Parts: sequence; structure tokens; C-alpha cells
Amino acid sequence: MPSTFPPGDPAPPDGALPATALEGMAARTLGVYLHVPFCRVRCGYCDFNTYTLPELGADADTGRYLGAALAEVELAGRVLAPGDPPPASTVFVGGGTPTMLAPAALGALLGRVRDTLGLTDEAEVTTEANPDTVTPRVAEELAAQGFTRVSLGMQSVVPHVLRTLDRTHDPANVERAVAAVRAAGLQVSLDLIYGTPGESLEDWQSSLETAVSLEPDHVSAYALVVEEGTRLAAQVRRGELPAPEDDDEADKYELADRVLAAAGYHWYEISNWARGDAHRCRHNVAYWRGGDWWGVGPGAHSHVGGVRWWNVKHPQAYADRLAEGLSPAHAREVLDDGQRHDETVLLRSRLAEGLPTDLLSAPARTAVAGLVADGLVDGPAAVRGRVVPTLRGRLLADTVVHRLLPG
Amino acid sequence: MSPLARSKTDSVPQPASTPPELIRNFCIIAHIDHGKSTLADRMLQETGVVEQRLMRAQYLDRMDIERERGITIKSQAVRMPWAVDGTTHILNMIDTPGHVDFTYEVSRSLAACEGAVLLVDAAQGIEAQTLANLYLAMENDLVIIPVLNKIDLPAAQPEKYAEELAGLIGCDPAEVLQVSGKTGAGVPELLDRIVELVPHPVGDADAPARAMIFDSVYDTYRGVVTYVRVVDGGLSPREKIAMMSTKATHELLEIGVISPEPVPSQGLGVGEVGYLITGVKDVRQSKVGDTVTGAGRMATKALGGYHDPRPMVFSGLYPIDGSDYPLLRDALDKLKLNDAALVYEPETSAALGFGFRVGFLGMLHLEIVRERLERESGLDLISTLPNVEYEVRLDDGTVVEVTNPSEFPSGRIASITEPVVRSTILAPSEYIGAIMELCQTRRGTLKGMDYLSPERVEMRYTLPLAEIVFDFFDALKSRTKGYASFDYEPDGSQEADLVKVDILLQGDTVDAFSAIVHRDKAYAYGVQMATKLKELIPRQQFEVPVQAAIGARVIARETIRAIRKDVLAKCYGGDISRKRKLLEKQKEGKKRMKMVGSVEVPQEAFIAALSQDGGAAEKAKK
Repeated sequence: MPSTFPPGDPAPPDGALPATALEGMAARTLGVYLHVPFCRVRCGYCDFNTYTLPELGADADTGRYLGAALAEVELAGRVLAPGDPPPASTVFVGGGTPTMLAPAALGALLGRVRDTLGLTDEAEVTTEANPDTVTPRVAEELAAQGFTRVSLGMQSVVPHVLRTLDRTHDPANVERAVAAVRAAGLQVSLDLIYGTPGESLEDWQSSLETAVSLEPDHVSAYALVVEEGTRLAAQVRRGELPAPEDDDEADKYELADRVLAAAGYHWYEISNWARGDAHRCRHNVAYWRGGDWWGVGPGAHSHVGGVRWWNVKHPQAYADRLAEGLSPAHAREVLDDGQRHDETVLLRSRLAEGLPTDLLSAPARTAVAGLVADGLVDGPAAVRGRVVPTLRGRLLADTVVHRLLPG
Repeated sequence: MSPLARSKTDSVPQPASTPPELIRNFCIIAHIDHGKSTLADRMLQETGVVEQRLMRAQYLDRMDIERERGITIKSQAVRMPWAVDGTTHILNMIDTPGHVDFTYEVSRSLAACEGAVLLVDAAQGIEAQTLANLYLAMENDLVIIPVLNKIDLPAAQPEKYAEELAGLIGCDPAEVLQVSGKTGAGVPELLDRIVELVPHPVGDADAPARAMIFDSVYDTYRGVVTYVRVVDGGLSPREKIAMMSTKATHELLEIGVISPEPVPSQGLGVGEVGYLITGVKDVRQSKVGDTVTGAGRMATKALGGYHDPRPMVFSGLYPIDGSDYPLLRDALDKLKLNDAALVYEPETSAALGFGFRVGFLGMLHLEIVRERLERESGLDLISTLPNVEYEVRLDDGTVVEVTNPSEFPSGRIASITEPVVRSTILAPSEYIGAIMELCQTRRGTLKGMDYLSPERVEMRYTLPLAEIVFDFFDALKSRTKGYASFDYEPDGSQEADLVKVDILLQGDTVDAFSAIVHRDKAYAYGVQMATKLKELIPRQQFEVPVQAAIGARVIARETIRAIRKDVLAKCYGGDISRKRKLLEKQKEGKKRMKMVGSVEVPQEAFIAALSQDGGAAEKAKK
């Protein structure tokens, strides 16, 4: 979750949603995102809404955060109740570093979701984790609390790349963490980053091969983005580090797709590969399909029925709001039909399952032919009524989207 | 010796009844920042025509652009009383434009005077532009009063520059007055000196009226305000007047003097300076240099020196937003009312859409017109590379006038002529080498060189106009650490080995980038443009060759490689709003794309490629 907010409209103090947003909720899926805004150290490339404990000052208190987050879950229950929401089918704890909290604390949050919003029997419950913090004991406790999946921030196996990223974990711990998670009966996903300044194609290849050798269920691979305001951006601006190059990142994306496909991982979204349909991250798929989710925590974003909102960023402001019985929402936007259509095209064209062509405008349906001719969209899939990007189309997804949204 | 007290104004000679013997018509010749306006303001104060508390800095320069740039585009004439030895005299201060682009206007203003104050910054010495105007003043037989200004500055070197001025005009250094427009020191003495030295006007009061127009300004409320200097006879209110060049007659709605606001009068007599309002709406009906006479009793012979302004530099002006074309047309039509030198005609560019080819007196005129169009009409404009007018003679004897590279004929060319200028460069002598080198690369011919003092040199060059319209002055400034000054005037034409260089994007000529250049420079221009465009044009889905060509012969080539990746890898819950907003912004950006063949070129790329400073290219990339 990037820390810069889009501009939006004021959100009501009680967090109430328009009736139109709640309408038909029962027939949709519901996810819960829980944001844990703490890290031991801040990585130079990261612009997420996270804080180290010294940054938060002397009265910083993870306990206060926890209380506020529990209160927000209850707020969610009250706000959504008129829509007769389904029980949550996915929960995703992200950060920050969620494992800065003890498994029991994470379990408390999950318990409150279960008690307030409900949780389906088959619910996918993921937490992100720093490989250094996942010991066999932590993994077992997470499983006992009801977690089903752990996403490990591996990023790279190459020491100089990890150093540039300010990642402090020991590459060897990744293997131990994967083993611990698996031993506890949880699914495991590895996050990788490519395009770090100074990373060679060979460096990237060895990260990929190591990741594959650990046999995770799922792999995410992201091109490094130099975000404004980060330490990395300053280093690049000062010329201390070279800026990532699109061509280099394209080479690395293609390499990732090749290595992962050869090892049996299929792409299902531009940056995500899974061993089989069952191993896809259902929580994230719901984002791309336009599903409903409530984001709990400082700076967390939510979406319900065409209304998007985002919470105040700072943990103290967040806790203060909830302590006063107010919604922590900072601003929101109620999407009109055109914006919802744009989002549908933007998000679903990222997926291997594709964007149904009957959702497109008439000129856009014609444009699909041009995209097929240019090798950006898969021809046979288009004939079957789905816009599915080719490998080249995945790399040029912005172009694809623009051509699917003419005028 | 003193300003007039209010109670004694009845002793001041009134317009239409002022004996010529009491009139002094003078102007101030000065370089841009040598303090002419401040001195003029101080004179208004000393003579009591403006009270201190009403004083607005630089009273005489009215337009915003003039104020910001510290230059005077439109001259005005102020009538000021000044008593010497108990006799009140009338001083008419005629403000002159200070820039070479307006040489003709300057010459007409000078022709309205008998004397000139040569004002030079005591810390900087004389500049080339001042020198040019000084020559003009001496050619008009004006009495020159040398004055050093800003003597209050710590860096002032009055002795050194008095020496320089004395050497130039042939006087004694002791005769050079020292003033400070800022503190007022020396200003009363200067006014006395003007009364003492400037000859009074001489004319035949009984002859048919003849008055020379030295300025003509469009005013939204009054229509055209015409500034005249009466030579013979007189003009009176509600009389019918005639313009001698066109024989057009107009009703005189108002006649008066400026002091410093317009004050209607009973008329204007021999030697007097004032304004006329006839109700015409276009300055072209009241042309600078023309002679005004009485319609009832017409003069037979016009005053000399009139000619139509002739554009020297041409550039295409296009609205960045194509739908602003009608606005641009209206804005030009409006500006034309106030600028007799502005000429334009519609033009179409495949790359830039609908616009106008506009002729200008020079580079400053171009910049001022462009700025006024943008400022006064809220337009965003692109101007194409400025060019001069060429005469192309074909083998079959046909002669083609080319003011736009797209008019360059494709047939067999026998010869091409281009306009040249005679230029003067003043600089510290240590920069002689650097200046010579620059002028050599600009195809200049050294005509002469004189030392004004041991440290300062005057260099005279003949240069093709085309070589100075682009960035000559900037180059000169940067090679001389800003110390050189430069001035030029048209000096006929010469034959030259010129070619037209086209720039092609994926095989399609981009008309806005075509240029007529000397054959020796064609390659450099081609490489420069191809490199620039490669930097500026975003990568497309396919490879795009950028070529420079003379006819069918390619002289330079760059390749814009195909884009391979445009997507951000991550797009989770918190990214969606941001991503959608980015998409909306990009959609807006698409509307500003121009298609050249199948290549999408952002408007910013055109602007940056056509802009003369390197910084714009950097900005456009961001």
C-alpha cells in the first residue's frame, strides 16, 4: 500500500456507506485486509505506510494499535450489517512487518474478524512475514491461530542486491522459514523483487532458481519502482545508484516467466505465479475482480460496491479517531459508472482468466482485433470472448488498457 | 533654475500659443538598463508635472511587458515646463524605443527632436545598441548632451567613461554631466543644459500644416492615439486632417499634450509635440513616419523619411490546443491594431495543425508579440524555428520568395540570396578572439575594429541575418561572460549556398522541423535535431527511425527503439485509485499527442525540439 493518497471526497465520521454500495453484497465475496504499520527498520525502497518503533516516539504502543484495529473490525461489522454481508472468505495481514506482532496478537485480530464479520470454513488467511522472524514455533502458532498461508519477503538471494534494498534478513533464513511454514501445514509464497540498481541478469536468475528450488506454492515477482520520497529515490537522484531501466526489467520479467513456467508455475496475474489454481492468492484475485474488502489499520484502503476509501495514515491519529468512536477514514471516492468501467478494464485485463469482451464498449471490441494483430492479446482467447494479454501484452499492459478504453 | 510653483502656472506658455523660441524637443538615448526611465521619472518630478506621492516607478513605460523587461516599446512625449533666468521654457521629452528591432521607430522619434541626451551607465560604459542610436541621432543632426547616470553606484567610474564618451562625440570630458536618476543629483543642471544647448524648433507658422507622426498607439477606449510633432503651420480642434501617404481624411476628435496624462488643448503650433485622436481603430491608418496635414489646406510636399515597416524574421505561431485557433486569429487581429509592423497569414502544418506565419521586425519583436498573445489572450503557443526571407532563383529563371521552409522549391536551383546585416559588437578587448571565432562560425565578415579605450573594442561585422536570428546573442553573451553588447541593421542581401534540411519520422517529413541552412551546417543541424527528437519522443510499440535529409539524401539517422515495458508490476488494493487516476491523466495526455504518420508525438516534444534553450528538452522529459 503506497503511502501517498489519491485525492478524494470527505468521508462521513461514522463511516456509513451509501445504500447503493451495500446493495447486493450478499451475492459478492468479502475480504478483510489488516495493516500492521510497524517495521524493525525501514527499507530504502519502501514507501508503504509503516513506522519503526523509534519513529513513533516514546508513547508508541503496539497495544494501542491493536485495540484500535479491533475497534475498527467492530466498526466494519456495524457499517456493513445493513448490506447483509457474507462471511469473509479471505483475510490478508500485510505491512509493515506483521510478524512484529506476536502470533497471539495476530490471532486476536483474526478472532475478532471471525466473531464480528464471520469467516468461511475454507477461508484463505495469509500473513506476510520477514524470513528472519519465522521460526518453527512462530509458524506453528500461526497455524494454530487459523492462518493458512504465509507470504515471505525473500526479494533476492544476492547479498549486494539485498544490501541495496536495505533488507537485513539472512538469505539462508529463507530456506529455514519455508521449511517451518510448510512443516506447520501452511501454504507458502515467496515475494521477489527485480530491477534493483546493480542487479545483473545473472543475479536475478540465481534468485529465481533458488526460489524455485524451495518449491513454494506461489511466487510474486515485482519490478522495483523507485517511489518519490524514499531514500532510494534520493540515491538515484544524486546519481549514487542508477535508475532502473525498462528494458532491463523487461528482460528480467521474461526470464522470470520462463524460469517459473519451466518449474511448473503458471502466471495468473501480471506479477503472480502459482503452482495450480488452488494456490492462487484468492484475496488478491478479489482485488482484480472488483470484489469487496474492508481494510483495517492506519492508511488501509477499502472497497465496497464502487466506494473506495482510505484511512488516516498515522497510527496515533488512527487510534485517536477510533478512541473517539469515529471512522478512521481519511477520504473516499464514490465511483461513477465510467470510472467503474475503467477499473474493470484496468484490473481484469491483468489476469490470465482475462477480461470478458462483452464488458467492453463497441469501439473497444473492435480495438481487440488490433491488439491481437499487434501480438499484445491472445488470439484464440479473444475468439472465445476473453481479452488475455500475451507475454508482450503483459509487459505493455498500459498500452493494452489505453486501447481498450478509447475516447 | 527651479520647478514651477503651482501658483505660477498661469505664466506657463500654453499649447498652440507657445513661441517656438521657448520650445526644446529632446529625447534620451540609452541602453536598456542604463536608467532612462528612472531619469525620465525624475525629470517629471523636478519639473513639477508629477507630484512625488503620485509617482509610480517608471511612469512612462506603461505596458506590463515593458515594465518587466525594462525596455520601452512604444514612445510617448511629455510636455514639461522649466524656468531658466525667469523665463519658462517648454521641454518636450520624446521617449524612444531602445531596441534595434525598432530602428525605424527610433529614427522617426529622433526626427521629432533637435537634441538628444546620451545617457550612459557610469558603471558600465556605452553599449552597442546605444552606439547605433547615437549614430542615428548624429545623422539627424541632433545636438548631443552626454550624461553619465548612476553616479551614486559604488562601482561607478565617471572619469573613465566620461573620457570614453568625450572621445566618441568629440567633446571635452569636463562637458559630460554626471547625474543620478535615483537620488536626483544633477537633474536640475541637466534640465538647464537642455534649455541652453538644444536648438529651438524652426518652422513656418503661416504655411499649410505639416506634422510628423512619430508614434501611433491603439487604446481600447479612445481608438488610435497618434503622436505628432508639428513642423509647419498648426492643428486645431475639430478640424479635418489628412494623411499624406494615403490622402485619407479624418475628423479630429481631440488634440492635446501629455503632461503626463493627456490634456486636451486649443491646438498645436510650430515645433510643438502632442497627440491626436481621430476615431480610427487601426494603427495602419495612422502610420509612423507619415505626414499629417489639414484637409482644408493641404500641404503639397510630405516630410521626408517615411517608409513601410518591413518584416525581417518569420515564424509559424500555432496554438498548442488546436481548438484555440480562432482565439489566436482574434488575438492577432487585435494586436495588429496596435502594431503596424505585424504581418501574418494563415498557415497549416501537418505536425502542428492550423496557425499563422507571422513576420516580425526582429527577434525581440517576435518575443514581445508572442508574450503579448499569450498573456493578453491566455493562449499557449508554439513558435517554429524563426527564419528569414530567401529569394530562390530556379534554372528556368523563376524567382520564388521563401518565408517558410515548406515553400522551398524542389526544382533545380540556380542561386539563393539571403538578407545580411551590418552589426556592431562592443566588448572588453580580452574577448576579441572569442568573438571572432563565434562570428566566423556564423559566416561573418569582419569589416573593421576600433578601440574605444584601451580596454574596450568596437568590432564591425557583416553577418547573414539567418545566423543571428536563432541564438547568436545568447552565444555572444556566454562567450564574453555577458560583457558584449550587440546591434545590427539590415544591409542588403548576398548569394549563399543554402539547402533545405527535412526531418523525417519513420519516413514522414515533419514540416515543423524543416530548416533552410548553409550547406556546411546541414549535417550539424540534422544530427542535432535527430538526437533531440530521439530524446524527446517517447518510445513506441515499434522502432521509429528519425532521419535528417537533404532532398532524398539522408544525412543523419537515429533510432527510437521499440518500447518493451510500460506497466507497473504491482497493483493491489491500495494502488487501484492511484492507478485509475494515472490512467485518466494519461488519457488527457493522449489528446495532446499529434500523429506523425503512425508515430505519436507529444506536443511537449515539439515545443522542446523547437525551443532554443537546452533546458526545455529536459523539462519535457519529466
